[in-house]
Amino acid sequence: MQELAEFRRETRLWLEDNCPQSMRTPFVSDKERCWGGRRWQFHSDDQQLWLERMAQKGWTAPTWSREYGGGGLNKDQAKVLKQEMAAIGARSPLDSFGIWMIGPALLKFGSEALKQQHLPPIVRGEIRWCQGYSEPGAGSDLAGLQTRAEDRGDHFIVNGQKVWTSYADRADWMFCLVRTDSEVSKHSGISLVLFDMETEGVSTRPIKLISGNSPFCETFLDNVRVEKSQVVGDINKGWTIAKYLLTHEREMIGGMGLARGGDRSLSRVAVEELGLEGGQLPDPVLRSEITDWEIDALAFALTCERVNDEIKAQGVGNTSAMLKYYGTELNKRRYETLLGVQGREALVWQDHSTAQHWLRSKGNSIEGGTSEIQLNIIAKRILGLS
Amino acid sequence: MALILNEEESMLRESAAAFLDEHAGPDLMRQLRDQEDELGYRPQLWQAMAELGWTGVLVPDDLGGLGFSHVGMGQIVEQIGRTLAASPLVSSAITATVLVLGGGSKDQKAQLLPRLAAGELTMALAVDEGPRHDPRATALKAEQDGDQVVLSGTKRFVEDGHFADQVIVLARSSGEAGQSDGLSLYLVDGDVLQRTAVPAVDSRRWGELQFDGVRIPGGQQLGQPGRALEVLEPALDVTRIYQCAELLGLSRECFDVTLRYLKERQQFGVPIGSFQALQHRAAILWTELELAQSLVLSGLKSLDQGDSPEQVSRLASAAKTKLSRVAQLATNEAIQMHGGIGMTDVLDMGLYLKRARVLEAQYGDQRYHASRFARLSGY
Ligand SMILES: Cc1cc2nc3c(=O)[nH]c(=O)nc-3n(C[C@H](O)[C@H](O)[C@H](O)COP(=O)(O)OP(=O)(O)OC[C@H]3O[C@@H](n4cnc5c(N)ncnc54)[C@H](O)[C@@H]3O)c2cc1C
Repeated sequence: MQELAEFRRETRLWLEDNCPQSMRTPFVSDKERCWGGRRWQFHSDDQQLWLERMAQKGWTAPTWSREYGGGGLNKDQAKVLKQEMAAIGARSPLDSFGIWMIGPALLKFGSEALKQQHLPPIVRGEIRWCQGYSEPGAGSDLAGLQTRAEDRGDHFIVNGQKVWTSYADRADWMFCLVRTDSEVSKHSGISLVLFDMETEGVSTRPIKLISGNSPFCETFLDNVRVEKSQVVGDINKGWTIAKYLLTHEREMIGGMGLARGGDRSLSRVAVEELGLEGGQLPDPVLRSEITDWEIDALAFALTCERVNDEIKAQGVGNTSAMLKYYGTELNKRRYETLLGVQGREALVWQDHSTAQHWLRSKGNSIEGGTSEIQLNIIAKRILGLS
Repeated sequence: MALILNEEESMLRESAAAFLDEHAGPDLMRQLRDQEDELGYRPQLWQAMAELGWTGVLVPDDLGGLGFSHVGMGQIVEQIGRTLAASPLVSSAITATVLVLGGGSKDQKAQLLPRLAAGELTMALAVDEGPRHDPRATALKAEQDGDQVVLSGTKRFVEDGHFADQVIVLARSSGEAGQSDGLSLYLVDGDVLQRTAVPAVDSRRWGELQFDGVRIPGGQQLGQPGRALEVLEPALDVTRIYQCAELLGLSRECFDVTLRYLKERQQFGVPIGSFQALQHRAAILWTELELAQSLVLSGLKSLDQGDSPEQVSRLASAAKTKLSRVAQLATNEAIQMHGGIGMTDVLDMGLYLKRARVLEAQYGDQRYHASRFARLSGY
């Protein structure tokens, strides 16, 4: 307990000294986030400085071991770091599929060489990753994927097409699911491989979203050479790893919806924009809708906390499907109600507008496995219905 | 404080579950109903609860109690919800105990708490006069007459009010109905009142209490005159959090029974639980129950941590709103997913459905608390 208090004190001092003032304001739009990577153009000196300082301490990946450049913090310390960052409104120094998805999978399943090669650049924000899972014919039924990897001794030759690949056009490396054996059942012939997006035969084409942006792409793989040393875990055993990684992704997506909504609660926005009459929001129906959302958001935040505490005390839980389902549906509701709060102002078409965020939120319950798939998982795995 | 049970609390939960499975449950509830039991509970069960120490969980040990945690007591009450166990535990060992702890003088505490802790004394709280919860609407008059106070008016829907040894009554000592100032709490002997037992849909009873110029001696006031809400609201918030624990217990029981039925009942040659329409509804209900559980546990922890009354109130209203809704969903889905047999008295689902709505209505339903939550959040 005392050690933790000491850690809190030191952390607070360090953040006070090292977090630039301009990095202590909430993100106004997703465009202000830092994703890193070879081709990253920092938006400001402060953004760069903040990333470098945090990466130096390993605090971009606080719980990863020091050996791989991480912060080496235990869960309690990581929680303290989060709290202290929140207390001064410090921005996340780095958003990264490397930290959220492939990193945890490498830590659990990767060879020592792969960990040494890939983890430190992820921590430093030098390499940006994308996720090559979905294909035109394999979405919810991901295990039906058709991208083929042919065995050529020390390497594979990969052919196929991926789709909805977020940030493929800006990423440096891809973690990709491929079929290495088509003779066996669909779950048994899948491998998870890693390759550089600059490898010959890899090309991307951005797809425009309803929100007007193009954060994801079609990715074409045409005779792409992948070294066997870049297979994560065993060949043909990729499905287990793919699912493990999805669990992390789901927790991230579920939790992020709330983190985004959380910095400014709906009721606070409503009070700022509409004012109070006799201590209450002027429109009773809107007030009631906001209240429903606020209470559910509070229950969800407490559930995230409880789940974390349970995992700390008892090991892994089976709650990522629930958090993904509820968190994303909650975020969609938030934006629907926000349209009511802001009226036609919310529907003005411009960059970083409420309209764009509202439209983007529709994808939350699709990406990383749809809500329906999450409910299937809960029904089958947790409730035992089949 | 982490949102998990410690070892003692887990043990208490298990032993409470085992005890209530043996000595209470829907069958006992049916007996009480079918025999039109005037009391609405079995004194032997109440006695046994007292012997287990449940009546003294919230009383400090120097006053004859155990001074154990709210989280611990919450586990007992959740099991009470699951097993429909009727007793004066909530009204006496929680609501009244917290009221005396919060507003009682030193003498009152010394006199009442050891007897409450031992389960020798039952006490009811008489707040409402109309069908919807509204303490401010209190019109029952308290007039000073020399040393004595004269009470006149009617209290309705008083939980356990038809038998309690003593009644704590909310009365208007000044001002007018609708105002929050001018309210006072008094301790009255149950025997001096005209009482009617009004049957409720859940086969329990409410007391309807007639105060026809009831004279009570001086010194029977609880807390400051004219400022009853300062004592009452925190005690009601504690009670509401426990109501949520009870609602959680009964909702989980409905869900568990329904889930079993989804696996057993066959139609079209397969278990009905293989239909995705029902799978998804079950998954949504399970998710809602998980959220509900987080609110209940946080509410209980908040009491143990001694959070500020404002924090507790806000959490209590959030929890009561959510738990009322989740209980509504759980009980309604339980009936629907059982089909025709769900409508029959053969199954226990009806008992849980009825109990859920009575619990919700007592001390503010989902609408009351949603609106209160908004007010407490500054909008
Ligand atoms: C914003 C965004 C970003 C994304 N980023 C990536 C990425 O970086 N990398 C990547 O690989 N993929 C990414 N995806 C793809 C995403 O994982 C898929 O879209 C998702 O898994 C659904 O697959 P699908 O689009 O083929 O829909 P389908 O599987 O065709 O589903 C269509 C509808 O049918 C329903 N459905 C399907 N099967 C069932 C079932 N068994 N029971 C009930 N309902 C069912 C679905 O819920 C959905 O409503 C992204 C998607 C979005 C929207």
